[in-house]
Amino acid sequence: MKTQINVCINGLERTDEVEPRLLLIHYLREVIGLKGPHIGCETSICGACTVALNGKTVKSCALLAVQADGQDIVTVEGLATNGQLHPVQEAFWNEHGLQCGFCTPGMLMTTRELIERNPEPTDEEIRHGLEGNLCRCTGYQHIVNAVKSAAAKVGG
Amino acid sequence: METTVTKKTERLIGKPIRRREDPRLITGTATYVEDIELPGMHYAAVVRSPHPAADIKGIDTGAAEQHPGVVAVYTGKDIDHLGAVPCGISLPDLRIPHHHLLAQDRVYYVGHPVAVVVANDRYIAADAVDLVEVEYEPTDSVSEPEEALEAGAPAVHAEWPDNVAFTHHQEGGDIEKAFAEADVIVKERIVSQRLAPSAMEPRGTVASWNSGDESLTVYSSTQIPHILRTLMAGVLGLPEHKLRVIAPEVGGGFGSKCELYPEEALTAFIAMKIGKPVKWVLTRRDEFLATIHGRGHIDYYELAAKKDGTMLGLKVKIIQDVGSFHMLLTPAMPTLSVLMLPGLYRFKNVHADVVGVFTHRMATDLYRGAGRPEATHGIERMVEVLAAELGMDPVELRTKNFVPPSDFPYDTPMGVSYDSGNYAAILEKAVQTVGYSQLREEQQEARRQGRLMGIGIATYGEICAFGPSPALPTGGWESATVKIEPSGQVTVMTGVSPHGQGSQTTFSQIAADELGVDIDDIVVTHGDTSTVQHGVGTFGSRNTAVGGTALVLAIRELKEKIETYGAMLLESDDVSYAAGVCTCNKTGKTVTLGEIAMTSWTGPTYPANTQPGLVATNYWEPPNFAFPFGAHIVVSEVDRDTGEVAIQRYLAVDDCGKVINPLLVDGQVHGGVAQGLGQALYEQVVYDDTGQLVTGEYMDYALPKAAMVPTIETDRTETPSPVNPLGVKGVGEAGTIAASPAVVNSVVDALSHLGVRHIDMPLTPEKIWKLVQQGGSA
Repeated sequence: MKTQINVCINGLERTDEVEPRLLLIHYLREVIGLKGPHIGCETSICGACTVALNGKTVKSCALLAVQADGQDIVTVEGLATNGQLHPVQEAFWNEHGLQCGFCTPGMLMTTRELIERNPEPTDEEIRHGLEGNLCRCTGYQHIVNAVKSAAAKVGG
Repeated sequence: METTVTKKTERLIGKPIRRREDPRLITGTATYVEDIELPGMHYAAVVRSPHPAADIKGIDTGAAEQHPGVVAVYTGKDIDHLGAVPCGISLPDLRIPHHHLLAQDRVYYVGHPVAVVVANDRYIAADAVDLVEVEYEPTDSVSEPEEALEAGAPAVHAEWPDNVAFTHHQEGGDIEKAFAEADVIVKERIVSQRLAPSAMEPRGTVASWNSGDESLTVYSSTQIPHILRTLMAGVLGLPEHKLRVIAPEVGGGFGSKCELYPEEALTAFIAMKIGKPVKWVLTRRDEFLATIHGRGHIDYYELAAKKDGTMLGLKVKIIQDVGSFHMLLTPAMPTLSVLMLPGLYRFKNVHADVVGVFTHRMATDLYRGAGRPEATHGIERMVEVLAAELGMDPVELRTKNFVPPSDFPYDTPMGVSYDSGNYAAILEKAVQTVGYSQLREEQQEARRQGRLMGIGIATYGEICAFGPSPALPTGGWESATVKIEPSGQVTVMTGVSPHGQGSQTTFSQIAADELGVDIDDIVVTHGDTSTVQHGVGTFGSRNTAVGGTALVLAIRELKEKIETYGAMLLESDDVSYAAGVCTCNKTGKTVTLGEIAMTSWTGPTYPANTQPGLVATNYWEPPNFAFPFGAHIVVSEVDRDTGEVAIQRYLAVDDCGKVINPLLVDGQVHGGVAQGLGQALYEQVVYDDTGQLVTGEYMDYALPKAAMVPTIETDRTETPSPVNPLGVKGVGEAGTIAASPAVVNSVVDALSHLGVRHIDMPLTPEKIWKLVQQGGSA
């Protein structure tokens, strides 16, 4: 009934037996105990569940855990290294890029990929780049500022 | 804005301090309801009605109960001894249908909870929902409130065949005289459509029963933990002091989590029944179905004026779509609208009739602004309609009619007293900043080129900082406890329950300034009824104005005690406390707050007639609301080929009184504007004519995405409120209230030369394109 998967999550190798229908988000949250990625819509629209799978952002509510077998996963908990916040985290904090914080883990993961792909994004490119992540609190403006600030820091 | 990372004991009020909440939120270590794990956790899932109106002929739970992993299935008969979902409002002719936690023999809206399944696994609970067989006999339903008021419409509740849930009448001045003296009367039907508040964190509850001491702990995604405890204890028949409610990290609410929802009480009931902790969290689809909606107004306006633009009086009929049941404050939504009908204008004659209407839909209730956006949208649209009728500039018309600064405090015809303001000044500031006269020239040029450019103005006044207790069934005061620990570190417990506003930061700023201590020595806690003194909660832009004031007053009381201890330690009767140090004014000798605190808790001796410990609690009852105000200006352009609206500029000039943290104020304005703009352009809860919810996912409900929201320019004036010692007013709802009329006014202005006077929201491309094609004649 259960299937074995081998994954690397935030740098740690894991082997687990999972039900084939278990969603990746539930695997991360309830089997691994990583509560950073959130469930906002279960339909891959809101992006609160965004994680990186082999370096590319995915909506973990729209993938099965078995689809992650053999792959490398990074969640918001894996962004900071050696107690140092990732520049994207620092930028969201400095620019007030969050209010209730529920969308934030997904926003951070998307931002990390966005500025990797486009180190000097324009406002318009940022806004289009964030289309897979909904925020109801901020009106996005401080998020856009945070992405710009993070890009400047990472690029500079 | 350049943010400040401060560790110094400098004055912090007014500084853009980055938030103290954020480290946990940006590292994934915050704990929302769904993150709570307890040993032996079970999962509840709700069976909901697929029909807007039907008799329940039978429920077969057998297959679900036998499904491996399912622990129990409960239906209406299992909970009929429990209390009803409460409505806290009283009006003379209010009709309150008994709102059971689960449907009894009938369902009244799509999404109505019919049964609840409990299993040891969330997937099994979801599976078992499909195994519950409910036999329905559908009956005729009515979805639109105006149809529900027609004779012969299906009765939502059989005992009230007219579908009238309540009525309300309020008037001031002499409306007949005003209309008799008018040179011009403009009329319009204005709809404020149903909206989904749509906090990103869906509602959820975890409940845990301790059979040994018969106590219940409930974690809920709520804005009102203390009120929820009182209400839930009543519904469950549980002694209130045996119930602990915790609002952990809460992922937004916007009013929608200011309720006792059936599922919250059901989760608690199940935990008590099975003796195991139970978790229930809404899916987004169920969030759209079964979390309250906002707005839902159909309003008929008549505005009377003289030829010179002097506004004389306003008649309004408000039809409020209630849904099938009242929630906690539903009937107060349109009555709140009534209080703000005159806007910022000084005419004294107002006549308002409200009718609340039952429909076969989910209930409406508080959503950001809660009654005030509807009123502001109405008056700010009517001013534009009047300006068009008179051929007057809308800035000039507004300025001519504003309450002048010399008239404050200003008693309105609706019986409230505006605290302070300078309305002409803030509009002038906005007009200057945006370059209004140049924009009008650009508009002329655009029209010559065949482009559809519009300039939209909205001014608003907001009743907030709720509020004096007579205005609220919950009490309108707020509480704070300040405790200086033996180490000298400071713990603040506030009765408000912030869920994204950043009050841990603003309250830390206030406490740091009042006490003169390092902000890093302050921790602000909230949201736990076992550890925090009784409080009211977070809604109606009240945290800082009411909760912040309680904090200031508690600290001021505590400072007297600090000086009493300082006097003992310094052996002087002439001491003063400032910046963390108590000083003898004669000798200059000092003792630190830490030394005073340690002495206060550990002795060995205490000042005469003084209790040990440095702790003070204040419950502050505000003498009035506060009334923020502002002027927003929008420049938009309509694509005549597609009907799409492009917002080219958005300027928000707001006055929320004294600003504690400008970074957070800007954040509130941005977020508020995005929600008001969402209403203006994109969002609408749609039920089809069979009563089915069409907009049940983010695929269908157009929540604004980043590329759909413009850059918002912000500016401020700062008129302190005389209502509280901080001088603050409130800013949580301002942007939402101003944005919808500002955006709609800009689009109507873009089409005004085609004869367009009004367009109802949302301004979809289809609607606009049709108007352009018809040459404007709507």
